[in-house]
Amino acid sequence: MTDATLAHHDSHDHHPKGLARWLFTTNHKEIGTLYLVFSLIMFFVGGAMALVIRAELFAPGLQLVHPEFFNQMTTMHALVMIFGAVMPAFVGLANWMVPLMIGAPDMALPRMNNWSFWIMPFAFTLLLSTLFMPSGGPASGWTLYPPLSLQGGNSLAFVILAIHLMGISSIMGAINIIATILNMRAPGMTLLRMPMFVWTWLITAFLLIAVMPVLAGAVTMLLTDRFFGTSFFNAAGGGDPVLYQHIFWFFGHPEVYIMILPAFGIVSEIIPTFSRKKLFGYTSMVYATASIAFLSFIVWAHHMFTVGMPLGAALFFMYATMVIAVPTGVKIFNWVSTMWRGSMTFETPMLFALGFVVLFTIGGLSGVMLAIVPADFQYHDTYFVVAHFHYVLVTGAVFAIMASVYYWLPKWTGHMYNETLGKVHFWWSAFWVNVLFFPQHYLGLAGMPRRIPDYAIQFTEFNVISSIGGFAFGIGQLLFVYIVWQCARGGQKATDGVWEGARGLEWTVPSPAPLHTFDTPPDIDHPDLVAHTGGTQ
Amino acid sequence: MKRANEWIVGIAVMAVIGVITWGIFAVGDNMRPGVSPFSQDVYVLHNTVMGVVTIIGVLVFTAMFTSIVLHRRSKNPEAAKFSHSTKAEIIWTAIPVLILVVIAIPATQVLIDMENTGDAELNVKVTGYQWLWKYDYLEDDISFFSALDRNSNRARQMGSDLAPTEVENYLLEVDRRLVLPVDTKIRFLLTADDVIHSWWVPDLGWKRDAVPGMVNEAWTLIKEEGIYRGQCAELCGKDHGFMPIVVEAVSKEDYADWVATQQAASTANNQSVTP
Repeated sequence: MTDATLAHHDSHDHHPKGLARWLFTTNHKEIGTLYLVFSLIMFFVGGAMALVIRAELFAPGLQLVHPEFFNQMTTMHALVMIFGAVMPAFVGLANWMVPLMIGAPDMALPRMNNWSFWIMPFAFTLLLSTLFMPSGGPASGWTLYPPLSLQGGNSLAFVILAIHLMGISSIMGAINIIATILNMRAPGMTLLRMPMFVWTWLITAFLLIAVMPVLAGAVTMLLTDRFFGTSFFNAAGGGDPVLYQHIFWFFGHPEVYIMILPAFGIVSEIIPTFSRKKLFGYTSMVYATASIAFLSFIVWAHHMFTVGMPLGAALFFMYATMVIAVPTGVKIFNWVSTMWRGSMTFETPMLFALGFVVLFTIGGLSGVMLAIVPADFQYHDTYFVVAHFHYVLVTGAVFAIMASVYYWLPKWTGHMYNETLGKVHFWWSAFWVNVLFFPQHYLGLAGMPRRIPDYAIQFTEFNVISSIGGFAFGIGQLLFVYIVWQCARGGQKATDGVWEGARGLEWTVPSPAPLHTFDTPPDIDHPDLVAHTGGTQ
Repeated sequence: MKRANEWIVGIAVMAVIGVITWGIFAVGDNMRPGVSPFSQDVYVLHNTVMGVVTIIGVLVFTAMFTSIVLHRRSKNPEAAKFSHSTKAEIIWTAIPVLILVVIAIPATQVLIDMENTGDAELNVKVTGYQWLWKYDYLEDDISFFSALDRNSNRARQMGSDLAPTEVENYLLEVDRRLVLPVDTKIRFLLTADDVIHSWWVPDLGWKRDAVPGMVNEAWTLIKEEGIYRGQCAELCGKDHGFMPIVVEAVSKEDYADWVATQQAASTANNQSVTP
């Protein structure tokens, strides 16, 4: 990439300004920004709902909200965080970084890219509007298990339509990412030379295409059961409520990995950069990611051990689930080996990546405990499970997203963020998130079920601690917004390479990355670039 | 980087992590061993697996923090060049597999035991309703509903003049307890009338979903007399948090007396408690 090509392109680029720029954009960088900003807004919407939950659970007895509204909050919190915050954040990162990392000028299908983003605000307007409808929002948990989900009011139809829209958006996004990665890599960028973030997203995109239609099928059956007199899940009509759970979790478990595999990719980019050492075991990382993705299709019933299933089925799903620990372990060992005898520095992205490794490991280890069927009969649907999946989703997925934002923000804005504030943000978050979620392990083991608005007196202490942690963690995220805003407005100029140890094509373009990059494909083996790309992986 | 340093720092780091881990276990609650052979097996299994994963965690974090202490730029300006080791990768794939096999064996045994619901001396049908439980003693022809007790129900209302702390066993007391004999193999047949519920008494060692249109089986054998409390564990609507379960385990003689009283009362009133 030379400056001449850029100048040439910019000269005849009539880019609309103002709102039209964002509404009609087909540029991967602008769409990436839209996704990321949308995700940040949803993170705060979902976070506000979490704070309603934690405020109500601050003391035994009902003080603030009625149980019905409490259930709407738990349901909406999950839907907003999963479909509105975590997934769009990863799609936004893919939009921004995949073309830059593989040397492509844009995504393969730019107009579809625009459409897949602009569906999202409408989907979430629909979803959130149900809270203001006479029958209230969905209150049956994000899993929408029938028959309970069918008891709600007509707002269920809006929720299902919103889920369909999100599904369409995700499928289009996934198709776009696959088409981009498989067709638009720069010459010489073979599959096994792609950065890990690109690999994890390629695999994630296949998961999305495979399971989002399954979710669509499940919720469509809910729709016809509720409004058109079918009995898919109604035992009295010859249906089976458990069937829904099988279909849902056939989507749901791959969905869990959709939310963590790109995080693995991000951490696999950041740790080598700040260790100044190549990623350890690149090939085994790729195979481990693919194995995890494959296994995710054959473990769904571990979400429903207590529903009653034949012994053979329970054993199969227990063994299959335990096997996932092996490739996941490989990943963690490889990250530690990447650090080993490196020359590490601890800028904010590295801190978040290391926080990810430690806290995600805790979530993974409690996951092994949950796989043990007889013990799961005790853990299931308690706060132990809540603690487990928040360790993998908040200190896993969300920490990785924050790491990636700090890592690539200088490339996006052309400015360095405030490193001191970034570190304060990390230590504040890492401390309070543990105050928030660790005591929930104890609550679960002591016997507190999840999704209850009120609890017996003996659960008070740890709930108080958890609520304090929740508010402190939540308020701390305002600092993140301030840091990003400040960095977007100005600050120390970022160099093209930004980080001393950074390797990859994205570091060969200027900071901020101009609107159009790699109009002509880069020669990744060119001597000038090898120093930046690290040559082969 | 000298290897000796790595060992010394590693041991020190492990000591620190060990103390932190000990603290984490010391301040928190653990699962209850419970009062049935199955619950005690689960308790042992839980502790074993938790112990294994804790050791793995401590080892991983020791390696990681040793690296963080020693392999920083100020101490190690020149990074090593290695980027793979087939031997290491085979080792850390094989060892976890072995550990998982070792965990899977007892887990399988306990599960097989759990599934053996035959030879029950007493059968109790449990039906979940929004938001109370119904119990039918199939042999003794006793049947009643069991709902949240009056005091808890008063205290849990928003703006109630009765504080939850003033209620004994707040949210964990019912109007009629499920009375069961000790040292008797009891089979539960679980179902629901409206939505899915889940019947869970932690001291018995399991929870099992009560699904409308389906009958699930589970069993217990209570070893000690006492009162054991639990709650519905599957979201079942607005009062999901307010449908507790209380089991009163009594001696076989007391149980026989209780059955006789119940049956007499039922005959005297000449009406069934069932709706």
